[in-house]
Amino acid sequence: MAKKPVTFMLNGSERAAFAEEGLNLLEFLRRAVGDLSPKYGCGQGTCGACTVIIDGETHLSCLTMAEAVQGRKVETASGLANGKVHPLQEAFMEHFAAQCGYCTPGMLMSAKVLLDHNPSPSRAEVIEAISGNLCRCTGYEPIIDAILATANTRRLA
Amino acid sequence: MRVESYNTLAEAARAMGPDAVFMAGGTLVMRDVNAGTSAGRVVRSADPALTEIRATGDGFSLGSGVTMARVLAHRDLAFLAPVARAVGGPQVRNMATIGGNIFAHHPYGDFAVALLALGARVVLAGQGGAKPLDDLLRERGRSGGTSPIVASIEVPRPRDPRAFGFVKVSRIKPKGVSVMSIAVNLPRDGGRMRGARVAFGAMGPAPLRASAVERVLEGQSLDAATIARAAQLASDGLDPPTDALASAWYRREVAGTHLRRLLEKMERG
Repeated sequence: MAKKPVTFMLNGSERAAFAEEGLNLLEFLRRAVGDLSPKYGCGQGTCGACTVIIDGETHLSCLTMAEAVQGRKVETASGLANGKVHPLQEAFMEHFAAQCGYCTPGMLMSAKVLLDHNPSPSRAEVIEAISGNLCRCTGYEPIIDAILATANTRRLA
Repeated sequence: MRVESYNTLAEAARAMGPDAVFMAGGTLVMRDVNAGTSAGRVVRSADPALTEIRATGDGFSLGSGVTMARVLAHRDLAFLAPVARAVGGPQVRNMATIGGNIFAHHPYGDFAVALLALGARVVLAGQGGAKPLDDLLRERGRSGGTSPIVASIEVPRPRDPRAFGFVKVSRIKPKGVSVMSIAVNLPRDGGRMRGARVAFGAMGPAPLRASAVERVLEGQSLDAATIARAAQLASDGLDPPTDALASAWYRREVAGTHLRRLLEKMERG
């Protein structure tokens, strides 16, 4: 199978790796690039565990062809902490928003894009923003609380 | 499986064949690629024409690669916003395209239902002129042959935004697939409906027009008696499938109720 070179920005650093033909971005990030933060849940775009940010928008990495990120900016949960944990990660810890933790990287990506565009979301807007991310522990309430708390803390800061 | 990327849509159209599938946003085609069940060749194109949005005399010309999120962000496309919002979750709306939705298999394809009711026309890559979406949806069901690539979609703007109504019936809120979706476009002339178009999704192999309902509405005013007659004939001529969400029997039983509720809401304005 032919391999294609893919050069892109991952969490602010330029990365290059070879992608097998038809490989999805999730497998590419995990196996070829070595970023294990996006998770494989369903492989069909239903669960949102593989959510990454491409050029500022959330995308499902399992449904994105790896070669499609050539020259683009990709952000994953592993890029959130910068010397210290990101305020969203802090709030997820404080509010016990992770049970098994498998949906957490995807939830964090959806939450980050929400707060980047809308610093004071309503509860309904938070629910809408994470509607593409399933938590099979069904711990949605603490996740919603954590995202709202992050917005509140930022407003006070 | 091979992946072929072309700079222009014209090149991509020439590369299509019975063994090829065109990938737009990837939300459906990549599922097959991941499962190892996709066509032998996946054809892609990054032609900038795919994402163009242009105002035309009576509406809009939308590149087939315009995403649901872009429809939602465009002020002049506000009449389509409730439809785009009904598709997937935020990530899917950032990826899924209006052109791909035309080829989405059951139970997806809610956006195409609205396009069908609005009387949209499609421009196929490598072919001149636009043809009714009705024709493409009818041909889509036939197996074999080479699938065309939709280059752009011409969407007439409803003269009165209140003439257009849409509902997606789903069990899971806010993100669940269709039990059915209904789109109606009821232009009125002196209080009488002229050129009424009613389309159903998830009620057949592809989005379908409800011709019996359209005949009942034509030339009438939207009153209780007309709505009751329309509701009675709602599933006439449709071919609803049985799936994990609902049986064909159930879909037939409730189609009239959902159509009645939508028409009553539009009657109230």
